[in-house]
Amino acid sequence: MSAMAEQAMATPSASAAIRRERLHARISKIAGYLDLVGIGWVSPILRMAAGDDIRVQSRHLWRLLGVPLLAILLFLGAWHQVAPTVRTSLGAVPGPVEVWDQAVGLYLDHKAERRKADDFHARQEKRNAERLAANPAAEIRWRPYTGKPTYFDQILTSLKTVFLGFLLATLIAVPLGILCGLSSSVNAALNPLIQIFKPVSPLAWLPIVTMVVSAVYVSDDPMFEKSFLNSAITVTLCSLWPTLINTAVGVASIDRDLVNVGRVLQLKWTTKVFRLVLPSSLPLIFTGLRLSLGVGWMVLIAAEMLAQNPGLGKFVWDEFQNGSSASLAKIMVAVLTIGIIGFMLDRLMLAIQAAFTHSAQR
Amino acid sequence: MTKRHVTAGSLSGTTRRRTLLGAAASALTIGQAASRRAQAAKLEKDTLKLGFIKLTDMVPLAIAQEKGFFEDEGLFVSLEPQANWKVLLDRTIDGALDGAHMLAGQPLGATIGFGTKADVITAFSMDLNGNATTVSNEVWDIMKAVVPRQPDGKPVRPIKAEYLKPVIEAFRAKGRAFKMGMVFPVSTHNYELRYWLASGGIHPGYYSSTDITGNIMADALLSVTPPPQMPATLEAGTINGYCVGEPWNQQAVFKGIGVPVITDYEIWKNNPEKVFGVTRAWAEKHPNTHLAVVKALIRAGMWLDADNDKNRPEAARIISKAEYVGADYNVIANSMTGTFEYEKGDKRPVPDFNVFFRYFATYPYYSDAIWYLSQMRRWGQITEGKPDSWYHDVARKVYRPDIYLAAARQLVTEGKAKEADFPWKTDGYRAPTSDNIDGVAYDGRTPNAYIDSLKIGLKGMQRVDGAKVVSN
Repeated sequence: MSAMAEQAMATPSASAAIRRERLHARISKIAGYLDLVGIGWVSPILRMAAGDDIRVQSRHLWRLLGVPLLAILLFLGAWHQVAPTVRTSLGAVPGPVEVWDQAVGLYLDHKAERRKADDFHARQEKRNAERLAANPAAEIRWRPYTGKPTYFDQILTSLKTVFLGFLLATLIAVPLGILCGLSSSVNAALNPLIQIFKPVSPLAWLPIVTMVVSAVYVSDDPMFEKSFLNSAITVTLCSLWPTLINTAVGVASIDRDLVNVGRVLQLKWTTKVFRLVLPSSLPLIFTGLRLSLGVGWMVLIAAEMLAQNPGLGKFVWDEFQNGSSASLAKIMVAVLTIGIIGFMLDRLMLAIQAAFTHSAQR
Repeated sequence: MTKRHVTAGSLSGTTRRRTLLGAAASALTIGQAASRRAQAAKLEKDTLKLGFIKLTDMVPLAIAQEKGFFEDEGLFVSLEPQANWKVLLDRTIDGALDGAHMLAGQPLGATIGFGTKADVITAFSMDLNGNATTVSNEVWDIMKAVVPRQPDGKPVRPIKAEYLKPVIEAFRAKGRAFKMGMVFPVSTHNYELRYWLASGGIHPGYYSSTDITGNIMADALLSVTPPPQMPATLEAGTINGYCVGEPWNQQAVFKGIGVPVITDYEIWKNNPEKVFGVTRAWAEKHPNTHLAVVKALIRAGMWLDADNDKNRPEAARIISKAEYVGADYNVIANSMTGTFEYEKGDKRPVPDFNVFFRYFATYPYYSDAIWYLSQMRRWGQITEGKPDSWYHDVARKVYRPDIYLAAARQLVTEGKAKEADFPWKTDGYRAPTSDNIDGVAYDGRTPNAYIDSLKIGLKGMQRVDGAKVVSN
């Protein structure tokens, strides 16, 4: 065999190797994102498809997918066994089957309510058409449907509330945190206040917030419902602190060399904050934000339960008040929903953090 | 065609055909549409938020909503369950709610300044009766030994409160207080429970200007628990009995945690229970809207009592939905359909357990208001003695039959109600009655004479000072 032929043989395999290498690099990159979103078990499957060692990868797959699935199945089995043995005055504690039934029931309920809304709009169209036919100059008003909020509406309301509260908290906490981090005197001034207010349960604020909002927020055509603001501000008051403290710590612990470089270059104050301080303290700020959102979500449900403001918390409390045979199962659906949404919010923050602090990590 | 057409049919079509309207159904529909247009054009506000507590007697609101009576009047209503009576009242006063399903005592209490002071009025009485008093199994076991029995072994009803005495003594011997729950200091339940206890010689306690717990000199300690939490609180042993509206008494039977001993119908026959309340300012700002709401509620009441209560099962089905009362259908239907189950298996007919329209139930009688005021005075919530004229004035300030009759007149004109359905000629005082557990006659025209004729309670110019009653 000549050298020429050898080369000709090698090239395809070499280029295949390079292609494989590239594919693997890509898979590794994707795997990072998949991990973030919480579906890391997809990557071993991709690797297998790309022709990796099946045995190694299936071990990975077992660890990433098999074990958690098995644990969930075991949990469901145990729940199914134990639940019927606990008898309450509302009947036995519901098992997974009853809970699933109620989840489906809530979905059907949602559909039915939407149908009712459509009927209502159709009737309104008809009425307004009649009115116009009778008197073309008649004043026509369109009214939104005023039926009950469905389960999905409640979820949306809760999400909106938590994000508004979280946004307000971020807008207050990040600038304050930067100030605290940059100036030790501001830090000394604010520190006692932070230390005193941080451990206060936000629910203790709720009555005060309620009173203040109803006194201050008076308008004939309000943009937000009072109850919505009450819940949101309560969330703000509690999700403020983790962001504030983490931001302050993050800013305070910037590399001194960077600060000195800033001094030498005589950077403007704004440039210093946006070019030096923020980028290097971002990881910690995001850690704070993640904590804040988690705390905010937890508190929101409690605040809604206490203040009877619309949202998932009210749904739970109303069902408890209903005391029907389906109530416990419905509450269980809500509990699982709250958990899953909390998990997704956390993942969302992680994903944003990864997107923003990529440069910092590198 | 539309849902409205169906409801117009279910409004006892035969009687309508007998009226002199004599119009074909189609003409009537056009007439209705025209009147509705005229109505809708004048409403000051058409999107309303009304509050309620999860009790079966909120049903007129649910029916007005589900049967399209609100919509017929051009109203778009959302009904919102409230956590408890205080929250409901406060939210009505501060404008978060346009109006609400209230305890009859709430507008009166707010107006005279017991609790939150505000001008609240009512032009619509929602129902009669509908409550019961339930005791825990432990208490019932002691009572069972002394309650007289019928030949068939079932207890003789009504059960008098004196059979609670051995219970209270047994508790005292163990150093325990006998505690009962009711739903609000100015609630019907509070006054009924006190009436029943006092009629059996058990002192339910006084209120005074400095002590508003209402336990001064009490043999039985009464405290506030929100209705839906009654069964849970009873089960936890925090209270030994309670007086509450349905479904929370039947719930105790179903769960086997307590036994209803007496209904309020037996304590005080056909006593007024809930009202639809709005603030005076709201009513003055939205007179036409207020009329429209009252019209829709009157129609809901008529529907509920139509043709010997034939609609009650459907009504029970509607309010068993999670967004209204949400308890199981069979629990709600138990009392809504004219029966009441005391002990498990002791189910008796109580056809008037819930009355929503007959006996002019929805008309806001001054004498009903005055009975509540007399009980407030009796137990010291009104701390000083007042002349008769004061009672009549407060009743006239809070109860507004003028608005009610204007709404009724419109309904009659539109052919949706009959002339005979309403007491046009009444002066606002029901005929004197002694149809109650201790047979004391009540005449709303002479409140002070009535207060003085009751056995236990403040009389004349007495007041509570510290822990005793003083006359001055």
